[in-house]
Amino acid sequence: MSRSNLILLALIACIAALPMFGGAYALRLGTIACMYAILALSWNVVGGLAGYPSFATAAFFGLGAYIGGVLLARGMPLAAAVPIAGIGSFLVAALLGAALLRLRGHYFAIASLSLIEVFREVVNNATDLTGGGMGLNIPLSASAGVMADATFFFYAMWSLLLVTAVMVMAVSLSKLGFGLSCIRQNETAANMVGLNTTLYKSIAFGLSACFVGSAGGIYAAWVHYIDPSDVFDILYSVKPIVMALIGGLGSPLGVTVGAFVYLGLEEVVWRNYIQIHSGVLGIIIVLLLLFLPHGLMSVGSWRWRRGMKNA
Amino acid sequence: MFAAQILINALVLGCLYACIAIGFSLVWGVLNVINLIHGSFIVLGAYLAWSLYQGFHVSPWYALVIAAPLFFVFGYVIQRIVLNRVITAPVLVTLTMTFGLDLILNNAMIYYFKADYRKLTLKPPMGSVSIFDVVVPVDRLVATIAALALTGILYLILRRLRVGRAIVAVRLDRDAAVLMGVDVNAIYAIAFGLGTALAGCAGVLMALIFPISPLTSTAYLGKAFVVCVLGGLGSVSGALAGGVLLALIEGVGSAMFGPAHATTLSFVLLIVFLILRPQGLLGRKGFE
Amino acid sequence: MPEILRLQSVSRRFGGLQALRDISLTVNKGEVIGLIGPNGAGKTTLVNVVTGVTPATGGAVVFDGEDITKVKTYRSARLGLSRTFQIVQPFAEFSALDNVAAAALFSKPGESLKAAREEARRHLAFVGLEAQAAQEAATLTLAMRKRLELAKALAMRPKLLFLDEVNAGLNSAEVERATALIHQLAADGITIVMIEHLMKVVLNVCSRIVVLHNGRLIADGQPRDVMTNPAVIEAYLGQQYAQRAGVHG
Repeated sequence: MSRSNLILLALIACIAALPMFGGAYALRLGTIACMYAILALSWNVVGGLAGYPSFATAAFFGLGAYIGGVLLARGMPLAAAVPIAGIGSFLVAALLGAALLRLRGHYFAIASLSLIEVFREVVNNATDLTGGGMGLNIPLSASAGVMADATFFFYAMWSLLLVTAVMVMAVSLSKLGFGLSCIRQNETAANMVGLNTTLYKSIAFGLSACFVGSAGGIYAAWVHYIDPSDVFDILYSVKPIVMALIGGLGSPLGVTVGAFVYLGLEEVVWRNYIQIHSGVLGIIIVLLLLFLPHGLMSVGSWRWRRGMKNA
Repeated sequence: MFAAQILINALVLGCLYACIAIGFSLVWGVLNVINLIHGSFIVLGAYLAWSLYQGFHVSPWYALVIAAPLFFVFGYVIQRIVLNRVITAPVLVTLTMTFGLDLILNNAMIYYFKADYRKLTLKPPMGSVSIFDVVVPVDRLVATIAALALTGILYLILRRLRVGRAIVAVRLDRDAAVLMGVDVNAIYAIAFGLGTALAGCAGVLMALIFPISPLTSTAYLGKAFVVCVLGGLGSVSGALAGGVLLALIEGVGSAMFGPAHATTLSFVLLIVFLILRPQGLLGRKGFE
Repeated sequence: MPEILRLQSVSRRFGGLQALRDISLTVNKGEVIGLIGPNGAGKTTLVNVVTGVTPATGGAVVFDGEDITKVKTYRSARLGLSRTFQIVQPFAEFSALDNVAAAALFSKPGESLKAAREEARRHLAFVGLEAQAAQEAATLTLAMRKRLELAKALAMRPKLLFLDEVNAGLNSAEVERATALIHQLAADGITIVMIEHLMKVVLNVCSRIVVLHNGRLIADGQPRDVMTNPAVIEAYLGQQYAQRAGVHG
């Protein structure tokens, strides 16, 4: 266990204490922080470790939200709906990944971006199941009061973050992580030494989608109402990339810190520039890429220079 | 009769789609950048046409002449000041960069023009004609011809002008072009300027036909994606083929499955094409 | 001698270019074969076809009794086919040790990373890179990276080893060192097919020579016979004349 992984676990443990100090606003922020960290950590498996520029996060976030949402709306308990959302996302992603991950660079980016569009349109058109463009209401089975609900969903998201972080660490220490790293550095050579690159990339894509989809499921239950343009928002694809870039591509600790820093920026922008918040976010993204291309944590920078060359 | 209607609609719409996509294709091909601002450039062009017509009674045909140089300079400056600094970075960075720029431009348009839909209505209206018993509105027909003309102008620029040959050279082999004395950074900026100008002009034409709103930018961008991938990256003829093919797919798709599924169908085809034939219908090297 | 590899009328076409035509060839266990021919003759394409990087468009490849014509690269690697690349292909960020460990790890299902690293040390020692084990592959000299390629190929415990110009770009001392390694591998009983431009090395190491020209197999036999074969002389001299006239290149 490396030092940075231990720091990450400690950081996540500290977040668990949040409900003792904060009110409803802090809980909401904490829940989003955990969700963003899950998205960024998951993206990092494909984007950071395997070096494939995936813009598919929003597709699987939305897919998980709708799988979870539909099941919840039909009375299934959260404890069953979320894992099903995760497994469903895993399967869909692993199957699609086997085909899509044959593409490289720009073509893969475009294809992963298009997945959002396809999924959104499918959900939009499956009106009977999803409510289509009208959105989907997810009534809460039993409410124990505003604060109790907020605390509950905070811990739900936090637990998922913990599981995601442990998964990401396990992957990076395992044969799978070693193989993904080989693929990022030199896919031809990886094939030549007997590595089944298609299988590895599909598993990585599936794992990445699994936790994003689960987060979508919890999100759906938390906000009680989802519609296609909300959960299939391309921003859910771009934000994790920005977070990973802030933190320095590659290390789990880096991308998690990146997620928290990004949320902080986003929150400040929201509070001060409601009318033009997306424009200000755009400015932040542009400035970040222009002036901090190696991320806030310089330790991650070597990966960024070398590892992303083939992306 | 019904088939003829679908075919003529597809040809008319297909040329417009080609016009939407051609600037995007140029930028992707030459700069190796997926330009996510493209959709917003088109919307901005549409607002320019609308403002000139409503405010100064300038006909959209003249608006084309005004839009082209304005947008060229706009694009040239954006490339020189911002994009050029990350041009050698991986696709992740250039894509995220253009996304950030798009957020800024789109938000600015929502701020100034609001998100509601506007329509540029010519007075008096241009009416419609019938071709082989198929009724086509004249404004749509004229826009199509203008779109073809724009595409033709780009073709001539790339074919006949010195700077056009340099753009093609950079697209084919950047390093060899440098050795031949081509100033690659200047070519990048000119190509991006041209791409932006084409987007602006396409926007002017779109204003004649479709409602105008910042919210439509992603739809235009999506069309550009699909046309590029279907037709093959980096050729004028490819964009035309891709445009007509997309319009046909949408026409036949909505006739068969209903209009709601046409977009889904086109994106599914995009993914299938990417996997099976990434070079597109007419794909080959070089932008001509 | 039992056969290890058999090509039956193998062809490969790239669009309009026929890179390999109707190649039939049998490699027996324990042989060291030199694969020679002028530039563009199709030597590397032949290796690519056998290893599944660019599958054959016609004919069949049989390795160790199994038809591998359409088998994916990673599968044929696990069957015991390994190769080095003319242009070295290291995992640039990895240490030399992890480069070799990757080969040991993925070529054998069920291998653990720890065991693979231990095995990798042995192969690094064999090619004389134990001192560079912890060094990042990208920082090694060309000669070292060539030897690293060899160590990677060996870590896969190959039954048949293709060496694609392992000596290109090396100085004479380095060539001698590499030649000694190849001799040792042959003595260990590994079947080797080597693409090589240095005739001195070919004649020193190989028991048999196969000549390709314009995608065709034009000679196959004992080094002495092949070197006096008129078709071979014409292929080489013809190309030299062409080069002088500026047709090629």
